[in-house]
This record gives sequence, structure tokens and C-alpha cells, in this order.
Amino acid sequence: MNVVNTALVLEDTPLLSVSGLTRSYGARIGCKDVVFDLYPGEVMGIVGESGSGKSTLLSCLAGHLETDAGQVVYQGQDVLTLPEPARRRLMRTDWAFVHQHARDGLRMNVSAGGNVGERLMAGGARHYGNIRKTAEDWLERVEIDPGRIDDRPSAFSGGMQQRLQIARGLVTGPKLVLMDEPTGGLDVSVQARLLDLLRGLVRRMGLSVVIVTHDIGVVRLLADRLMVMRHGQVVEQGLTDRVLDDPQHAYTQLLVNSVLPT
Amino acid sequence: MSDYNFAYLDEPTKKMIRRAILKGLAVPGYQVPFASREMPMPYGWGTGGVQVTAACLTPEDTLKVIDQGSDDTTNAVSIRSFFAKVAGVATTTRTAEASVIQTRHRIPETPLRSDQVLVYQVPIPEPLRFLEPRETETRRMHALEEYGLMHVKLYEDIARHGAIATSYAYPALVNGRHVFDPSPIPRFDNPRLESPAIQLFGAGREQRIYALPPFTSVQSLDFDDHPFEASKADGACALCGATHTYLDEIVADDQGTRRFQCSDTDYCMERRA
Repeated sequence: MNVVNTALVLEDTPLLSVSGLTRSYGARIGCKDVVFDLYPGEVMGIVGESGSGKSTLLSCLAGHLETDAGQVVYQGQDVLTLPEPARRRLMRTDWAFVHQHARDGLRMNVSAGGNVGERLMAGGARHYGNIRKTAEDWLERVEIDPGRIDDRPSAFSGGMQQRLQIARGLVTGPKLVLMDEPTGGLDVSVQARLLDLLRGLVRRMGLSVVIVTHDIGVVRLLADRLMVMRHGQVVEQGLTDRVLDDPQHAYTQLLVNSVLPT
Repeated sequence: MSDYNFAYLDEPTKKMIRRAILKGLAVPGYQVPFASREMPMPYGWGTGGVQVTAACLTPEDTLKVIDQGSDDTTNAVSIRSFFAKVAGVATTTRTAEASVIQTRHRIPETPLRSDQVLVYQVPIPEPLRFLEPRETETRRMHALEEYGLMHVKLYEDIARHGAIATSYAYPALVNGRHVFDPSPIPRFDNPRLESPAIQLFGAGREQRIYALPPFTSVQSLDFDDHPFEASKADGACALCGATHTYLDEIVADDQGTRRFQCSDTDYCMERRA
């Protein structure tokens, strides 16, 4: 009974707690005073038009950009003040980042197996056979033929590269995944397959995800909660269905109405 | 020869290089930047090694220069005569008689002693270079001991060739801390990097000096199920019959007949003497 209670309590503490996150480019605002909590197993969508600060926010979370102010508390620790070795270790074990362009997140001159295995080897795995088996297993999980384990990503299609990038990030069993427009630049059928895959992985692994996109359809499928950004500020946030079906802010209404009817 | 300062370089330059060497010895395997000078030979011909040798030489030293184990190739002969001219030091081809040995691509077969200095010519000092082109990033990786990428390279070798195919410039962990590039010596020589002699590495174009103090641990990187192997050609020297030395394969005639020969010419001759 106690065990169950503890589990419940744990579920109630946010995995990631962001407060007052601010980043400006000189006089221009990148993102300002962003506040949100992310709970274990939750998928948070961030939408907004180009230049609204979505990607800036994500880069700040991932530590790719310096922040001006604010806190990003992960499991009780402010990630932004963490010493660099600890932060980088966190990034390659507990966190994963999925880039919009797969070639930013992959090593294009290293085979698919090497790409998937890199995080394992960085973590100290020194058994070739085991690394290879794990890589094969992961290729299968992201629906890539394990027979192509020795092919370089440059020989893969765009959709496959994106799935490979996901496998590469998830191989260490991270708790938090940051995704920057993972379906951008892919054609519709490939997008659908990728979304299907992502949804399956998120549910099965209990991942927490922050996903940035300008595609309302993507967040409706994937996200539990939604944050709408404009001019670097969060204008509305709430449950995805609530925000999309009953938008309160004028900009959200505009955004929802701009979606082409299918 | 009074037109040159002793050993070609001016004294402040030698002092600067010696400081880099001392720092390199203090942090084994760490690449110390230094202000590499223009030398009267092209890059790739051992400008780094020559500068280190120049900074180490004293008038009492005896110098030996080898290139791929041989004392009589162009590179070896010209560097030897260079120092004979600008430093007036004694030169030799005998490993046992030399106090400073400048080498390219080999460690002499004759075991080195604690009163000897071995100077390597290094083309590319950064073992991570071909995997990570950014210098800022490789420096950070060294600083934070992030060497997973090195194993990615070995992984790729096994995936493509069925075994670790890297046969020279084989990366190794020095003193349990820095991964370093032992210069393009065959991996046969890697276990012999743990030596009583001082070993100095100079990369002229890349402006880096690094060092191995005597008896420093040098651990060649490998996988548990694909352990490191100090491989050599399977054969015996056609001249001295040695089977324990590193062998060159030589095409002997127009019919394509091949034979093996010790790559260390001095060692081979000594065995035959």
C-alpha cells in the first residue's frame, strides 16, 4: 500500500520545472518569462508561428543556447547551473534531443549501428557484440531493417534518417526527449508513420517529451498539453483538446482557424 | 659552424619548446600548443620532430635518425646531416650508441634505456580529428574525458572489416586519462610505448607537443570481445631470419615474388654481424 502511495506522490512531482526562462538577442526578445512544469510520462507541445521563440526555448532547455535568466529544474537540480561535465553527461544519458534535420543529429559518415551505439560507448559499453545487438534491436523498434545496420545514414531516406536519429537518442533509455519539429520536411505519409512510431515509443517507454512544431495536427496526435507562443511569450497553455477546441486567446483562435480543412 | 646558433633554433625558441616539453611530461598525453617555427624543410618532413630534437640536443649528444625503421632513407639522411651541420653533434646508426633518436613510423627494436630520448615526428596529433572536425569540440572532449567517439571508430572498423583494421596510429589511453595518437607507428609498436626512455612527440604544422614520461601506462583501446592485438606480418626476415620483429613486405622481382625483411635496418644488421 505504501509503495503505491509513494509512486503516486512521485507522479505528482514534475520531472522538469521551468520558471522565468528568458533569452534575448540584443534588443530582440527570443523568449521571455516562460514558465511550465512537465510531469513524468507527459507530452508537452509547443506551437506558434515562425519566429515566436519556440526553437529558442527548446535550445535553452537543451543547453545549446545560453539563457539570460530563469531556471530549468530537472529532478531537483537546476540544469543551467550544473557544471559542464555533469550537464553533458545528463544530455547523453537521461535526455535526448531530436533535431529537425536528421543530419544535425546524426554522424553521416558513421554506419547506422555506430550511430545508435555511440551513446552506449560514451557511457562505457565496451562489448562489441552487445552494442551491435542493442543497435539491431533498436533499428527494428524504429522500423528500419536490421540488415541495413552497416549502411551509412546518407544512404537512407529522409524518414529513415529521422527514425534513426530517434533510435540513436532513445538507446540509453532517457527520461526526457526534446524534439524540434521532428516531422518537418517529410512528406505526409512518412509523417504519419513517424508520428505513429513516436506515439508508440512514448507510451511504451513512459517518456516525457517537449515537442516543438508549427503543425497543429502533430500536437493533436501526440501532445497531452499544449503551450502557444507568440513574440517570445506564452499566450495560452492547457490540455491540448481544450486549447484546440476552445481557444481563448485571439492568436490561438487565429492559429486554429488557419489550419486547412482536410 | 658559427653562422647558426647551436642546433639551428635561437635560444628563446628552444626555451619556449622546452617549456612545452616539460608541460607535456607533466601531463602525459596532453597536447601542449607551442609556437612552431618555420624550418628549412617542408611540413610533413618532420618539422615538429626536428624542433623538439633541436631543443633537446646538447653538444655531447649522439643523434640517430630513422624513417620507417631505416637509417638510410632520404628523410633520415637529410635530418641527420642537418644536425651534424648546424649542431656539430656526433651521429650514429646504432640504437645502443645514440642518446637522442628522432623517428618516424617506428620504435627501434633494440630496447631503449633510461638515458635515451625518443623523438617522434607527428603529422596529426589529434586522435579524434577524423571523427570530430571542430578543434573547439575536440579540446572539450579531452578536457571532459569524453572518449566514446574513439570507440565508435573501432566499432566501424569491426562492422566493416570484421576486425579492428586500424593498423597504425592506433589510439591509446595514456596514464588512464588522455587518449592520444602515438603517431603513425604500426600497432605492433604500441605495447612498446611503455618504455624506460623519455618519448617526445612533435607536430610542426599542427603546433602541438606531447610526451610520455618513462614507464607511463599506455593502454591501447579495444573491445572486450575484440581485444587489442599487436599484429605483424606472418613471416621471417629474409636477411636475419627474425620472426619477432616488425617486417616490411618487399616485392623482389618482376614476377611479383615477395619477401619479408626487418623494418629496423640497424637491428637486422646487428643480428647478422
